[in-house]
Amino acid sequence: MEKEKIVEMRNIRKTFLNNVANNNINFVVYKGEIVSLLGENGAGKTTLMKILYGMYTKDSGEIFVNGKKVEINSPKDAIALGIGMVHQHFTLVRTLTVLENVILGLPSPKGINLDFDYARKRLQEIIQRYGLVVNPDAKIWQLSVGERQRVEIIKALYRNINVLILDEPTAVLTPQEVEELFKTLRIFKKEGKSIVFISHKLEEVMEISDRIVILRNGVVTGERRKEETNARELARLMVGREVIEVLREKTSVTEKSPLLKVEGLKALNDKNLVALKGISFSVNKGEILGVAGVAGNGQRELEDVICGVRKPISGHIFLDKDEISGRSPKEIIRLGVGRIPEDRMESGLILDLPLYENLVIEFYDKPPFSKGMLINYKSIKRFAQKLIKEYRIKTASIDVKTRTLSGGNLQKVILARVLSQSPKFIIASQPTRGLDVGAMEYIHEKLLEARNNGAGILLISEDLHEVLNLSDRIMVMYEGEIMGIIDRSKEKVDIEELGLMMAGAKRRKVS
Amino acid sequence: MSWPTIKLEKRLPPPVWFQVLTPVIAVFISLLISAIFILILGKNPITAFYYILKGSIGTWFAFKEMLVKAAPLILTGVAVAIAFIAKYWNIGAEGQLYAGALAAAWIGMLNLPLPKPVYILLVITVGFIAGAIWSGIPGYLKAKLKVDDVVTTLLMNYIMIYTVSALLNGPWRNPVTMYPSSTPIAQNARFPIIIPRSRVHFGLIISLLAVLFMYFLVRKTKLGFEIRATGANPSAAKFLGIDTIKSIIVISIISGGIAGLAGVGEVAGVHYHLIRGLSPGYGYSGIIIAMLGRLNSIGVLLAAIYFAIIINGAQFMSITLNIPSYIATVIQGITLIVMLAMLLLFEYRIKIGRSK
Repeated sequence: MEKEKIVEMRNIRKTFLNNVANNNINFVVYKGEIVSLLGENGAGKTTLMKILYGMYTKDSGEIFVNGKKVEINSPKDAIALGIGMVHQHFTLVRTLTVLENVILGLPSPKGINLDFDYARKRLQEIIQRYGLVVNPDAKIWQLSVGERQRVEIIKALYRNINVLILDEPTAVLTPQEVEELFKTLRIFKKEGKSIVFISHKLEEVMEISDRIVILRNGVVTGERRKEETNARELARLMVGREVIEVLREKTSVTEKSPLLKVEGLKALNDKNLVALKGISFSVNKGEILGVAGVAGNGQRELEDVICGVRKPISGHIFLDKDEISGRSPKEIIRLGVGRIPEDRMESGLILDLPLYENLVIEFYDKPPFSKGMLINYKSIKRFAQKLIKEYRIKTASIDVKTRTLSGGNLQKVILARVLSQSPKFIIASQPTRGLDVGAMEYIHEKLLEARNNGAGILLISEDLHEVLNLSDRIMVMYEGEIMGIIDRSKEKVDIEELGLMMAGAKRRKVS
Repeated sequence: MSWPTIKLEKRLPPPVWFQVLTPVIAVFISLLISAIFILILGKNPITAFYYILKGSIGTWFAFKEMLVKAAPLILTGVAVAIAFIAKYWNIGAEGQLYAGALAAAWIGMLNLPLPKPVYILLVITVGFIAGAIWSGIPGYLKAKLKVDDVVTTLLMNYIMIYTVSALLNGPWRNPVTMYPSSTPIAQNARFPIIIPRSRVHFGLIISLLAVLFMYFLVRKTKLGFEIRATGANPSAAKFLGIDTIKSIIVISIISGGIAGLAGVGEVAGVHYHLIRGLSPGYGYSGIIIAMLGRLNSIGVLLAAIYFAIIINGAQFMSITLNIPSYIATVIQGITLIVMLAMLLLFEYRIKIGRSK
């Protein structure tokens, strides 16, 4: 039986600078179905839906709604066509009430006067019909994250949409709230509305969807009806088969002694939700422990805690005998931790300062760079000259504003600064994201060199190739927990199993 | 219905030589705009600008008076500039100036049996501390509790200005003249005159030392590096191990102290007692001077001298041409707006289009 096509996107292409986010994607939404867009971060799911919602303009391709070709230039156009979207980050005015937020931006039937009575009646209808419980007169700031999401959904429904796009809606919800949300979604479906559910979580996708479209690196790698597939197959489609294992030389450090020990570490994220649920692991001397996992599963918080910019709520981190959790960045650097942060532009460097200052910024207050209250710029500049030669950092001079360097060279600046201090332990988060192949290989080489010289390295990366390329052991994180650790000196990596663990569908016992 | 849309788009920064020239261009543009106002008043702007120069640097006497005016402007300019480098938005130099003046007058009126150098040093120290406290409070609130510094520093100006007013109308009122001004400070507490037969006092030397201090602080010291890093990107600075809270608190204290010295100079070098209206807005002018000087020590020095010329010259011009001397304030305001607009246009270009 052929179902009615509500939305059809044909050959959608979208590039950001040199990055192809959507490469000729075809995507259909049928009436009264829940279709999931499954994929890792950066696969192009959100981009595709933002094109449909009029937030991005496509480079090429066509969109049909109810069989008619349409141009969608803004969310307003999308809403007029019956398409609504709930973003990962909400777009509500915190100081206004639920009711005010819902009618914000809509023309009022009473002209210049707002018709609150009418709006309230419709709002109550929607709340009752779909079980979206929320107090219309509560101010947004008083609401929980789950309630705010409901307000966003109500907002869309109030605008009479037929297709509702939800971007990672469960990321911010508690399990109970997820259940509530799923109930609501099933009511929509019964009424003939369609839902696009963006997610990277296999279990949820298997639970709620009728159909699943899998994206990887901007292309559709598969489309399955729920009945004809299973988590294993989806994991493979999501992660990809072509991942080739590169065997690296064995580490030169033979004795396995734990260098960094993490014990029962618990931490909150910026939204005050528990992001690390009491994890324990250790990194040995002379090894790279790679952390695999879809972004947003606690890696960022782990990085922050180790780097000293997020206080854990409980647990310990020991570097040799020293406790480092809860210490300041300066103390942590002094204890021998080298930090290559994910956010190199906003954390790792101060782009408006000259290059030579960025090369010493983590230790400018140590001799020979300063003495008493004074800084010895002569010795700093000499040191900076040496580093840019040693690490082949391309720059007009060491005096330029750091901002003028290219991405790869910026990362080399951080690398040079960190490695120049011969740290015992290095945390490297997304060390090669956005870099060209040359810079990437150079950085990999340097990290392996540091490992061979006995440093312990915690490598956090969304790039599975990178994790597989560099790691001696692979740890998979999902929802703030460790799903398992694969020791490659003992076993080969099973890609499917890795994919399942990353998507939360399989858990190993962690010894 | 369609409205034209105005958008700001990022652009590449202009070459360095142009950035150095910016203040000069800003001054030029602001004078052009001011000329329009003078024309509206029915006077010839060229004549007006001639009298401004004549009244401020045209004679040896006028030049010396200009230096008297420059001293507090340099100090407030430096005070604001070092604060702004750390992005501590100290709008409160005016209040800190009054705090310094109040403290200097208090110590000066005690008539302590001290030799002149010691007494002067004491007056300076106490004035510095008073300004430092008045700025340290909002600095601490900003650093520790993220209280908006623009609001606190601005509002604390009024607290201090009215406190001074209350004192002068109450306990400190001059019992002989019954004017709202304090009794004179001790002879030994007064700054020496450094150019004979003029009002140019020791405060000018202090202000030049402050410029030197700023140069040294920013370019040579750890604290200077820390405030530059904190100002450029506070979260990155924190990540990289800089104690941004300490940097902001320390610089707020130093900034307020230097602004306090401007008040000390006015009391101990010019008036010899505390009066209402001691400062015709030196603290606020300091903000414009800091911006016009591009937060650079030499730039601040030049900008302060330019302002001293405008302020004193406008007074002379207004008497000669019968134009309100408020034109000086107008020129100051326009200069700031032009400067800010130019700094904005360094980073963005304006794009006007039509919305769909």
